[in-house]
Amino acid sequence: MTLLAVDNVRKTYKPRKHDAEVVALDDVSLAIDSGECVGLVGESGSGKSTLARLILALEAPTAGTISYRGENLARLPPASLLRLRQKMQIVFQDPYASLNPRMTVRDIVGEPLMIHLRDRPMPARARLDRVVELLATVGLKREHLWRFPHEFSGGQRQRICIARALALEPEFVILDEPTSALDVSVQAQVLNMLQELQQRLKLTYLFISHDLAVIRYMADRVSVMQSGRIVEAGATETLFRGPQTDYARSLIAASQEGDQDIFG
Amino acid sequence: MALLEIRDLHLSMRSYDGEAHVLNGIDLTVERGQIRGLVGETGCGKSLTGLSISRLVPTPPGRYARGEIIFDGRDLMAFDDRAMRKLRGKHIGMIFQDPTTNLNPAFRVGEQLADVALHAAVSDADILGIPTAASRREKRAVAHRLAVEMLRKVGIRDPDLRVRDYPHQFSGGMRQRVLIAMALIGRPDLLIADEPTTALDVTVQAQILKLIQQLVTELDLAVLLITHNLGVVAQICTDVSVMYAGNIVEEGDVASVFKAPRHPYTAALLAAVPRAHLERGALKGLPGVVPDLIKPPQGCRFEPRCALAIAACTAGRPPPVAIEPGHSAACIRLTERPA
Repeated sequence: MTLLAVDNVRKTYKPRKHDAEVVALDDVSLAIDSGECVGLVGESGSGKSTLARLILALEAPTAGTISYRGENLARLPPASLLRLRQKMQIVFQDPYASLNPRMTVRDIVGEPLMIHLRDRPMPARARLDRVVELLATVGLKREHLWRFPHEFSGGQRQRICIARALALEPEFVILDEPTSALDVSVQAQVLNMLQELQQRLKLTYLFISHDLAVIRYMADRVSVMQSGRIVEAGATETLFRGPQTDYARSLIAASQEGDQDIFG
Repeated sequence: MALLEIRDLHLSMRSYDGEAHVLNGIDLTVERGQIRGLVGETGCGKSLTGLSISRLVPTPPGRYARGEIIFDGRDLMAFDDRAMRKLRGKHIGMIFQDPTTNLNPAFRVGEQLADVALHAAVSDADILGIPTAASRREKRAVAHRLAVEMLRKVGIRDPDLRVRDYPHQFSGGMRQRVLIAMALIGRPDLLIADEPTTALDVTVQAQILKLIQQLVTELDLAVLLITHNLGVVAQICTDVSVMYAGNIVEEGDVASVFKAPRHPYTAALLAAVPRAHLERGALKGLPGVVPDLIKPPQGCRFEPRCALAIAACTAGRPPPVAIEPGHSAACIRLTERPA
């Protein structure tokens, strides 16, 4: 079943009144089914993160539609959008910049519960229990509750971000370069945890990365972006084995050069 | 004799919590024509090793308890600030990770390149190719031409026009090329490249790596390439040293280390790299965390996370054991295990 449909989306920016228009996204279409992990690859500036912002309705497309479970995001009244946002969450690239240094882990992970459940507030006790449960889900402990972000390593911080994203039991999670700031050893732990969570919690992922090996490991289907367009899309293995466009071919070749040398 | 030879280098950093032993007896050599990769996780001391070579670690808070850094036959540990300043830019070139913060946004790149050339020319007039007695204006004009030449060499198109541009007018990859040009304009013997491609896209990364490789053959450079990316090492390095928590745990030529890693840490790092045809969940992470360097484990620093650890591992720091010529690993269990 199609969970999210992006249809012919265009997004342009005008830096200043008389500047030329910058086309960030041009005729982008993408469909994500329930329960799958779709990878989005491309170089910096290709529009991957702009697309993520549009999907989360943080910005509106210039043309085209984005619909979630058949509902056009641009037409939704604010109250319904807020409700929908509980179902869509995001984990950002930089776990150092996306956690408030003055909040404890309890407050960080508990904040979505306070914001989104305002109309039926959770008792403090239940909220604390839920936070502890979420920490356990990502492999952290009760003793971490009262600590601040600076007391954690990069991998642990990313786990906190993931716990926060899972707080509202979302259906759909955008992972925007979730492991690019991490060491390989830690990256492996986080990737495996994300896979395990996807199965256990029946999550749907949009996995954004410039690292093709990571995408190949995680994604069922892949879309390749170049300067605001999706130039190629397909099932992961098919696309990696037989890329059709020169751009995808050069990306894959560049990323495999090192691997071949490592693994012979 | 190797161009750079580090022997038993110990560095500790003072902090509020106590003294952190960040380099615990580093031995490392780099020869001309060699690209040595220095790999390891965040916080293992790779960047501090690079900064120590150019003596850019402030003391205090840093303190060198022991060790020698022999560069071209002279011990840099005995050099004062003045002497080091002559060496940097001229004999030792450096490239850092983030090309945006390492160029001055207020000056044209040509000016910045020419400054380095003029600085290097103070100790070696050959760089400009005009007599030391020449006027300042003449020297600057020659340095400027040299800057154009270097930009051309690192593959920037229309260098005679781009030399007048400011850093913000270049893309990330192009800025990194400018930094490489700047590091090489004084014709250094040694290039220290600290994560030169981490901020760049894969296709640009491949171009930059090829460029470094090509310049090594052309200029007979020695390169120390610091990175956490094993793919980068495999792509261009001839030799590799693997660091863990302030120690070099394994070193050797890239082919033998990557084909048959003998230290359990190297093996674990390689197993964590995602690659083609890997089943879901088949990627192996490394359990545990990097040790606290203020109170590092007694004995082998990898012991708390090591699957092969035995009681004897905590007894003392394992010495490097030669496996074959040019490949050694510091693990006491090495002798019991076949390759």
